[in-house]
Amino acid sequence: MANFIAIVIAGLATGALYALVAVGFTLLWQTSQTINFAQGEFVMLPAFFMLAAMNAGLPFWAAIVIGFVLSTAILGFAFKLLLVDPMLPHGVLPLAIATMALSTFLKELVKTFYSAEASPFPSIAPEGDLHIFGVSIALQNIVVLVVAIAAVAALQFLLSRTRLGRQMQAAAQNPTVARILGVPVERMILYSFLINGALVALASLLISPIYLAKFTNGETLGLAAFIAAIVGGFNQIRGAIAGGLLLGVVDNLSAAYVSTQYRGAIPMVLLIVVILFRPSGLLGRPEERSV
Amino acid sequence: MTPVLEVAHIRKRFGGITAVDGVSFEVREGEILGIIGPNGCGKSTLFNCILGQLQPSEGGVKLDGRTTTGMRPCDLNRLGVSRTFQLLQIFPRLSVRDNLILAGQEHEGTMLSRLVGPRDAGLTSVADQMIEFFKLGHLADERAGGLSYGQQKLLDVAMAFIAGPRLVLLDEPAGGVNLTMLANLKDRLKAFNAERGATFVVIEHNMDFVMSLCTRVIVLAEGKVLAEGLPAEIRADPAVIEAYLGH
Amino acid sequence: MSHFLGSRASWLAGLLLLAFLLLAPLEFHRYGLYILSQWAVMTIAAIGLNLTLGYAGQVSLAQGAFVGVGAYSAAILTTQGWPLGLAILVAIALCFAIGWILGYPALRVQHHYLAFVTLAFSTLAFLVFRNEAWLTGGTDGIDGVPRPVILGISTKPHLAYYYFCLLVLALVGLAMLWLVRSPWGRAFVALRENPLRALSLGVDTRRYTLMAFAIGASLGGLAGALYAPLVGLVEPPAFTLALSLSLLMMVIVGGSGYFLGPFLGAMVAVLLPEWLRFLESYYLILYSLLVMGLLIYSPTGLIGILDRFLTHRRTRAASAARASLGASIERP
Repeated sequence: MANFIAIVIAGLATGALYALVAVGFTLLWQTSQTINFAQGEFVMLPAFFMLAAMNAGLPFWAAIVIGFVLSTAILGFAFKLLLVDPMLPHGVLPLAIATMALSTFLKELVKTFYSAEASPFPSIAPEGDLHIFGVSIALQNIVVLVVAIAAVAALQFLLSRTRLGRQMQAAAQNPTVARILGVPVERMILYSFLINGALVALASLLISPIYLAKFTNGETLGLAAFIAAIVGGFNQIRGAIAGGLLLGVVDNLSAAYVSTQYRGAIPMVLLIVVILFRPSGLLGRPEERSV
Repeated sequence: MTPVLEVAHIRKRFGGITAVDGVSFEVREGEILGIIGPNGCGKSTLFNCILGQLQPSEGGVKLDGRTTTGMRPCDLNRLGVSRTFQLLQIFPRLSVRDNLILAGQEHEGTMLSRLVGPRDAGLTSVADQMIEFFKLGHLADERAGGLSYGQQKLLDVAMAFIAGPRLVLLDEPAGGVNLTMLANLKDRLKAFNAERGATFVVIEHNMDFVMSLCTRVIVLAEGKVLAEGLPAEIRADPAVIEAYLGH
Repeated sequence: MSHFLGSRASWLAGLLLLAFLLLAPLEFHRYGLYILSQWAVMTIAAIGLNLTLGYAGQVSLAQGAFVGVGAYSAAILTTQGWPLGLAILVAIALCFAIGWILGYPALRVQHHYLAFVTLAFSTLAFLVFRNEAWLTGGTDGIDGVPRPVILGISTKPHLAYYYFCLLVLALVGLAMLWLVRSPWGRAFVALRENPLRALSLGVDTRRYTLMAFAIGASLGGLAGALYAPLVGLVEPPAFTLALSLSLLMMVIVGGSGYFLGPFLGAMVAVLLPEWLRFLESYYLILYSLLVMGLLIYSPTGLIGILDRFLTHRRTRAASAARASLGASIERP
C-alpha cells in the first residue's frame, strides 16, 4: 500500500510536469490556433541553454535565469515572429506541419552542436526521501509537484483574477469582439507565446534532472502534452491540467504493474479511448456541431 | 395531406441570447412561403436549425412527416432538401457545368459506383438542361469564379435545383442582384415551382420580390412569429408595419 | 492542375521523364538502382499520403507505420513461402481496415484529432514491431526477404526489381489519376474549398475523408510490401515516426494536393541526402530549415510555385492580349 501511494505521488509529480507542458500547448491553441508539434522539443531545449551557460562558468542559479530569458525570447518571441506570424494566414494545417519541421530542426541542432549523449543535469531539489506515515517519497518528486502546482496556480490566478488575464481570455474566445472592446488582441497573443516560453523553461528545469538532458527528450514529452491536452479537453486550460495529472498517474502505475515493454502503449490507449467515447475530453464542453 | 415541412416550437439559445423563440409553422406542397422580418429577427438562425447546421435548443423539424431534427445537412440533402446561401457559395475553380454536376452527383448511385462509373456521373445532359433553363448556356465551360455576381447567383440557385429537390430553402436570393436579373430569377423560380411542383421557403428583405413571388408570408420579429398570411394581408397589417418602422 | 497535364509542354516533359526512368537505369550500378527503386516505393507511399493530406486535408502521422505493417506482412508471408502477390493483397486490406478503424472515431470530431490518433498509432505500431518477437523477429527483425518471380522472370537482379517497382508505381499513378478525375475528385475539391457548401449539396464529407485516409493507408501498406524485398531486411527502426515525418515532408515539399507533388517530393527526399552527403550531420538541420522556409513562402510546395508562375504568365498574356484587342477596337 505504501508502495502504491509512493507510485501515485510520483505519478502526480510527473503528471504535474505533463500538465505544465500541456497548459502551454493549449494556451497557444486557444489564443492563436497554433498546434505546436514542437512543444516537446521546446521543453527539451532550455535545459541545454542552462547547461551551456554552466559550461561557460556561470553558477547554477544564473544559468537558470539565462535559460528562462533565452527560452522566452527564442521559443516565445522569435518563434511567433519568425514562424507563426508568416504562416498563420495560410491556415492552421501548414503552420502545424511547419512546427513538425521545427521539432526536427531543434532536435538535430542539439544533437549536432551539443551532444548526442545524455548529459546529467543538476536538480533544484535536495537528495533523499521524505518519510511520512510509513511512505517513502523522493524529495525530488515533492519539489517538482510543489513548483509545478505553484506555477499552474499562478497562471490560473493570472488568467482569471487579473485584468490582463481576462483580456487574454477574451482575446482567445472571440478576437473580433475583443478588438471592438478595446482589447489589444495582438499583444495578448504575444503574451501567450511568452508565457509558453516560460512554462517550457520551467518544465525543462524540473524534468531534466530526472530524465537527463538528451536531444530525444522532446519525443515522449511532446506526445504526453498532446495526449494530456486532448484527454483533458482540448479547449480548456483546466482540462490540460487534469489530463496531465491523470496521464502522469496512469503512466507511473502502468510502469509498475504492467509489462515494461508496453508501458508506452497505455497513454495511447487512453487517448484512443477518450476520442472514441468522449471526444470533447474529460472536462471539455461538447462542441456545437457546425460541420 | 402531410405538410412537406413542419417546424414545431423551435427555440435556439446562444449563451444568454435567444435568437429564435418558439417558432412554429407548416409548409404545404407547392407553396412558396416567404419569411420576412427586420434584421436580427432570427431568420437565418431558423434556417440553420431547419437545415441541420445548428442543433435547436428545443423543438423539432419534420420533413414529410419524418423527424429530421439535427440531421446532418448532407443527409437532409439526400432526402430532398436543398438550399442557397446568403453569401454566394459556388466553387470558383470548377466550371459552371462542373459545379452543377457536383451538386447532383451525390444523388446518383452509391459512393462506389461514383468511383468506377463515368466521370460526369451521367449528369452532363441534366446539367446542360439546367444551364439552358437558367439562360447561362454560353458560360457552361467557364470557370465559375469568372462570372458576374448575378450570374453566380443564378448558378447557386441552379445548383440547389439540379437534384430535383422536394423542398428548397432560399436565403436572400435577391440580395445584390440588379433589376433585370431579379426579374429573370423570379421568373425562373416561378417556372420551376409550376413545372416541377417544388416547394420553396424564401427568406428575403426585398419586399417587392417577396410579395410578387410568394403565395404565403410569415413575419418574424425578435425570434417569434408576428404575423402569417397572404402577401396582401401582411402588407396591410399594422403590427408588421410597426415592427419594420420601429427599427 | 488539369491545365498542367493538358498542355503539350507537360506531355513532352512527361515522356522525356518516362524515357529517362526506363532507359537510364540500364547504365546504373547497383547503388543507383537501389536509390531509384527506393524513390519508386516511397512515391507510392507519398501518393497515398497526398490523397489523405492534399485532397482530403487531414494530417496523418502514421504513414510510416502503415509502410511498416505492409513490410512486415510481406516479410512474414514470403519468408514462409507465400507469394508476394498474396502479401501485397494482405498488406493493402490490413492497412485499409486499420485506417478505417482509426479514422472512423477520429473524424467524427471537429479538431485535427486524426493527427494525434495517427501519432499514437505510430508509437503503438513501433512497440508491436519491437516487442512481438514471435511474429516480427523483435529487435532483430526479419531477414532474407526473397524477391518475387513474376511471370517466370526472377526479380532478384536489381534492374528487374526496379522495373517491377516502376510498373507498380505506374499502375498506382494511373489509379490515382482515375480517382482524381472521377466524381470523387470533384467531391474532394468541394470538401477542401468549402466543406459547408459541400455538405448542403449532399457530399458526405466525413465519408469521403475517411475513404481518403483508408485508401492512403493501404497505399502505404503496398509501398511497404515492395520495400521488404527491396531491402531484404525488415526491422523496427526503419518504421518509426521519423519515416512518417519524412513522407509528410515529401508531400509538402513536392506540393500537397497536386498530382505530381509526391513524385517530386520523393525525389527530393531520396536524392537530397545523397547530394548533400558531404554535409553529414548538418543535412537534417538544413533540410528542416528549408522545409520551414518553403512552407512560409509557398505552402503549396514546389509544384505550387511552378503553378503560380505558369498562371501568372498566362494571366499576363491574357491581359496583354485583351489590351491589344482593346487598342485595335478603339482605332477607328
